[in-house]
Amino acid sequence: MTSAMRAPRSLLPLRLDDVVFAIGGRRVIDRVSLTLEAGRRTVIVGPNGAGKSVLLRLCHGLLQPTSGTIAWNALELPGEPRRQAMVFQRPVLLRRSALANIVYALAVARVPTEHREARAREALRKVGLDALAAHPARVLSGGEQQRVALARAWALNPEVLFLDEPTANLDPGATHEIERVIGAMHAAGTKIVMVTHNLGQARRLGDEILFLHQGRLLERASADRFFKRPASLEAAQFLEGELPW
Amino acid sequence: MSDLSQATAEALRLVAGGDPKLLDIVLLSLRVSLTAVVFACAVGLPLGATVAVSRFPGRRTVVVVLNALMGLPPVVVGLAVYLLLSRAGPLGAMGLLFTPTAMVIAQAILITPIIAALSRQVVEDAWVEYREQLRSLGERRFGAVLTMLWDLRFSLVTIVLAGFGRAAAEVGAVMIVGGNIDGVTRVMTTAIALETSKGDLPLALGLGIVLLTIVLALNAAADIVKDTAQRRYG
Repeated sequence: MTSAMRAPRSLLPLRLDDVVFAIGGRRVIDRVSLTLEAGRRTVIVGPNGAGKSVLLRLCHGLLQPTSGTIAWNALELPGEPRRQAMVFQRPVLLRRSALANIVYALAVARVPTEHREARAREALRKVGLDALAAHPARVLSGGEQQRVALARAWALNPEVLFLDEPTANLDPGATHEIERVIGAMHAAGTKIVMVTHNLGQARRLGDEILFLHQGRLLERASADRFFKRPASLEAAQFLEGELPW
Repeated sequence: MSDLSQATAEALRLVAGGDPKLLDIVLLSLRVSLTAVVFACAVGLPLGATVAVSRFPGRRTVVVVLNALMGLPPVVVGLAVYLLLSRAGPLGAMGLLFTPTAMVIAQAILITPIIAALSRQVVEDAWVEYREQLRSLGERRFGAVLTMLWDLRFSLVTIVLAGFGRAAAEVGAVMIVGGNIDGVTRVMTTAIALETSKGDLPLALGLGIVLLTIVLALNAAADIVKDTAQRRYG
C-alpha cells in the first residue's frame, strides 16, 4: 500500500467515451470518443465553431459533458492540487507582481511556502522574464503576460498542459517566444494538448492532429499525414481554404 | 441674508478655532460610523463576493433581496434596533440602548446590505473573466472569494466609502437608538437637527461644513488611491 502511495498513477491516458456537450439542444460536441496518451503533442484544428475550445474545457474539467464519460487514468479528487494546467487565449493575471502571480498558483497547489518563491523565479527564468519578476503583471505587454501565464503553468509541473489558442492575439515575435516555451515544456515531459487556428503553428508544434468539424472528431492523424493527405473531405476543404493565407 | 452670512462666519470661526464641543461631536461621529463600516465590511464584503462566485438554488432571490435592502429606511432600522435593545426587548439586559454601541449596531445593519450588494455586483462582473482561470488552478470557493476581494481591492474602496457616507450622513437611526444625549450619543447629524430646531444656526452650519468636508476629502483620497493603483497595477 505504501509503495502505491509513493508513486502516484500517471494522469494519462485520458479517455473520452461518446462525449456529448449540448447547449440549448444544439450539440457543440457530438459523440466524441478519444484517448490521449502521454508523449506526443496533440494539436486540435478545425473551423470556427467546430467545438475545439469546448473540447479542451471538457478535458480540463471546466465543463461537464451532457452525456458520455471523460476519465483520467488517475482520479483527480476535488480539493487536491491539480496535475494539469491550462493556458487561455487571453491570460488572466492577478493585480500583483508577475512573481506573486506564480507564487499564488503554487500556494493554491499547496506547494510548501518555503519552496514557492524559488520555484516561481525559476519558472520566470525559463520563459525569459526574470528581469520583470517584480513588475505588476497586468501592465506587461500581451506577449509578456502570456509568458507569465505559461510560467505559472510550468511552475506547477503539470503532467498535461492544455492551450487554447495561446498566440491568437500576439505578434510573430511574441508567438515565436511562446512556441519556444511550449516546446521546452514538452521536452521536459509535459503532455501538450493545444487548440490553434494557425496551421503553420499546428505543423510546427503538432505531432498528431485532431480535426474537429461541427462538434465531431472527423480525423486523427500524424501531422505529416494530415497536412499531406487529409482523409476526410471536410479536412481537405478546410486545409484548402486556410492554406493560401 | 445677513442672518445666513453671520451664521456662516460664526460657523467658520467654530471650525477653525477647534471648538471643543464641536470637536467632541465630530470625533464621536467618526468613531461610530467608522466602527460600523468595519463591521459592515467584515460581513458585507465576503457575503457579496460569495454570492457573486456561487451558483445555488434561490440565488436570484438573494440578489434581489440584497439589492432591495440597500434602500432600508434608517428610521425603520432604528426602530427595529430600538425594540431589540429596549429594556423589554430580547437584548435589553445588555443595557445598550442610548449608547454609542447601539448606534454602531444600527448603522452597521443599515450599510451591510449596501456593501454586500455593491460588492456582489463588482465581483460578479469580474468573475466572468477570472472564473475559468481560478478553477483551472484548482481554487475552491473560499479561496476564490478572498482572491477576488483582494484583486478588486481598488474598486471596492469606493463601495466601502459609499457605506461610510451613508452611515455618517444618516440621522433617523442614530436619533432613535442613541437618543442624541449631549456628550454621550450626540453625533453630527443629530446635533445639526437639534441645533437647527433650537435656532443655533452657527453650530449646525459648522457641523454641516465639517460633515461635507470629511465626506469630500475621503472621496478625493479614495479617488487618488484608485487612480494611482490602477495605473500601477492595471
